Amino acid sequence: MHVSKSLKRLIFWELGIPISLLIIGIYHGLMQTIYRSGVIHESKMAHLDYYQGLTLHGVINAVVLTSFFAVAFGHATMAFYFKREPNKTVAWGSFWLMTTGTLLAAWAMLAGKASVLYTFYPPLKAHPFFYLGAALLIVGSWIPLFNWARMYVRWKRENATVKTPLAVLGTLVNFIIWFVCTLAVAYEVLVLLLPWAMGWKATVNVTLARTLFWFFGHALVYFWLLPAYIMFYTMLPKLAGGKLFSDLAGRIALFLFLLFSVPVGVHHQFSDPSITKGVKMFQGLLTFGVAIPSFITAFTLAASLEYAGRKRGAKGLLGYFGKLPYLDPSRFLFAYLISGLFLFIFGGLTGLVNASGQLNNVVHNTAWMPGHFHMTVAGPVFLGIIGMSTYLYSTLSGKKVFLPRINVIIPYLWVVGILIFSFGMSWGGLIGEPRRTNLGLTYLNPSHELFTPEWVPTTMLALMGGIIMTIAGLLFFIVFFGTMLSKRTTEGVLELPVSEALHDEKRIPLFDTFKPWLVTMGVILAVAYVPAFIDASKNPAEGAPRFLPDNPSPVENAAPVTKKTVTPAPLVSLNATR
Amino acid sequence: MSVMDRSEKRVIATTGALLSLFIFSILYARGRYNDLPECLPFNKAYTEPKVTRLDDKTYQVYAVAQMWQFQPAEIFIPVGSEVDFFVTSRDVVHGFNIYEKNVNLMAVFGNINKTTVKFDKPGVYKITCHEYCGVGHQNMQAQVVVNDPAAH
Repeated sequence: MHVSKSLKRLIFWELGIPISLLIIGIYHGLMQTIYRSGVIHESKMAHLDYYQGLTLHGVINAVVLTSFFAVAFGHATMAFYFKREPNKTVAWGSFWLMTTGTLLAAWAMLAGKASVLYTFYPPLKAHPFFYLGAALLIVGSWIPLFNWARMYVRWKRENATVKTPLAVLGTLVNFIIWFVCTLAVAYEVLVLLLPWAMGWKATVNVTLARTLFWFFGHALVYFWLLPAYIMFYTMLPKLAGGKLFSDLAGRIALFLFLLFSVPVGVHHQFSDPSITKGVKMFQGLLTFGVAIPSFITAFTLAASLEYAGRKRGAKGLLGYFGKLPYLDPSRFLFAYLISGLFLFIFGGLTGLVNASGQLNNVVHNTAWMPGHFHMTVAGPVFLGIIGMSTYLYSTLSGKKVFLPRINVIIPYLWVVGILIFSFGMSWGGLIGEPRRTNLGLTYLNPSHELFTPEWVPTTMLALMGGIIMTIAGLLFFIVFFGTMLSKRTTEGVLELPVSEALHDEKRIPLFDTFKPWLVTMGVILAVAYVPAFIDASKNPAEGAPRFLPDNPSPVENAAPVTKKTVTPAPLVSLNATR
Repeated sequence: MSVMDRSEKRVIATTGALLSLFIFSILYARGRYNDLPECLPFNKAYTEPKVTRLDDKTYQVYAVAQMWQFQPAEIFIPVGSEVDFFVTSRDVVHGFNIYEKNVNLMAVFGNINKTTVKFDKPGVYKITCHEYCGVGHQNMQAQVVVNDPAAH
């Protein structure tokens, strides 16, 4: 379909800004594997500190890229299925809020005033612009939900007895999850952290802030993931040359995500104090509720691929795997999606480990964790994002994809890199290698007393994987920006692959309405989270003052910081049996 | 239900069975080990680092994390001891990880974390800070020395 210049331009900017920032994000990803493996024993390179780079890597890759993309992809999906464009003023308003927020936070991070990582746990204090920027980015990304909800209500009035298109349902579910979960982080940032960072409030309740963060933080991963799910359900079967096995299965999976995405955040806090075991256990079990839509999806997608393979003449039990269009440059999205799906098998399985209370004790905060989530967020999420960005840009602009044969091998190269990287990280985690640590200065420095030789092979594997991923990333930048720089060959249109359903079940009203699901969502949320918030408010004592990353004294009493080097205080040794 | 394919019914049943197995395992492990941190209300007494011997085989450690060290930095105990760790922080969030014993706690300002662990083999057990806590994070390690001859 033809769309207005304004909508095209909006989508181009919403893809172009985060992908340009991604260059910084990927650079710091590579740098971390270099620091960690002890190839260099430095605290900074090219004026950028390890932890500053780690903050940039997390914020850009996991928050900026994913939210901008979800909004751009949502606009494209809504316009395509409703054959109607979202309100321009509102859409551009959201864009400017998000961009301003991103610029504020980027300034704070690049200036070295917000090296607090993307979880920004207090009482480590960042520059107020970091918190303000995060809040603007998030609020800006809420706005499209209301824009699309209006379009949906209008469409529904005209089509009361027609099933809502699956992709539309998915986009709405995703942004409802996003809206609900970000209320908590907006409260954390605007009510707890910003006044405290400005010095208007003396202290902050750290556990309450962490609990609010993880109310948001785990739902965030589904917000990353659902655009990829929408592509898996509504595009992958078509790209494979087949049909979606069941349309209803997709709807059920999406509504289950609505129920189970948010009330599970405490499973990130199994090791935290002040939260009772019962709350942790309950949310741990709810986390396994998310396994249900995942299993439904695994089956439905495998069945859809089998159907496609058999149509292409596949025989035997698993023969269909050999008959899929893995390397077809004209269907490159298939390569990106199937690669992401493959990584997600391992991402999902390691996730089940993390959600199990006792097993989490083995791996919490070790290198295992980045090993796990690079197979989810840097798996189906990232591959879906970059594949779809190239696809959307090239079709909307009417330009041919630059280097199409390279484009189709990028995801496979990425898979190889991630598998090696995540294997190294997971192995390291199982033998105690911490995450988020500049290991090269101490633990991976042979001349340092803390040198830990066990972590040499694990960090070397992560380095190898990191190099391969970076090469794949570079090739993607060449393809994406190369496409941007090439000449228009046809008129740009908005076209998305659409899978027909093999079993196109008749409309069941329960799976085509939001109300009962939203009510259930609210009930589960209250049952899961009210006790957690009571614990977090009641059990801790005093709040904490502000600390900067380079000074053990709180900000109020800080002497002027003259040197930035670390001088550990004399160690106190106590003998128990004296 | 007629809307469901036969293979879909089968896969739902498999999913149900698998989930039951997972949940049973979690509940079983909880009953058997139950080593998630215990929830204690804050008490100022825990903010002074010390090691207390309750009897021959039972010790209490008040461990205090701060930028960028643990106190006590070395803890000597005889083999076979059961140790209660009470962990807190004087400043930012720190980690308290003894990976060989699956001790995995967050040290948080104004909060007390607690776990109990038995050291039944002699050796040196490293306590590693595994939460980013500022520029000196990578220097933050302490140790538990089990059955150190110097301790007698």
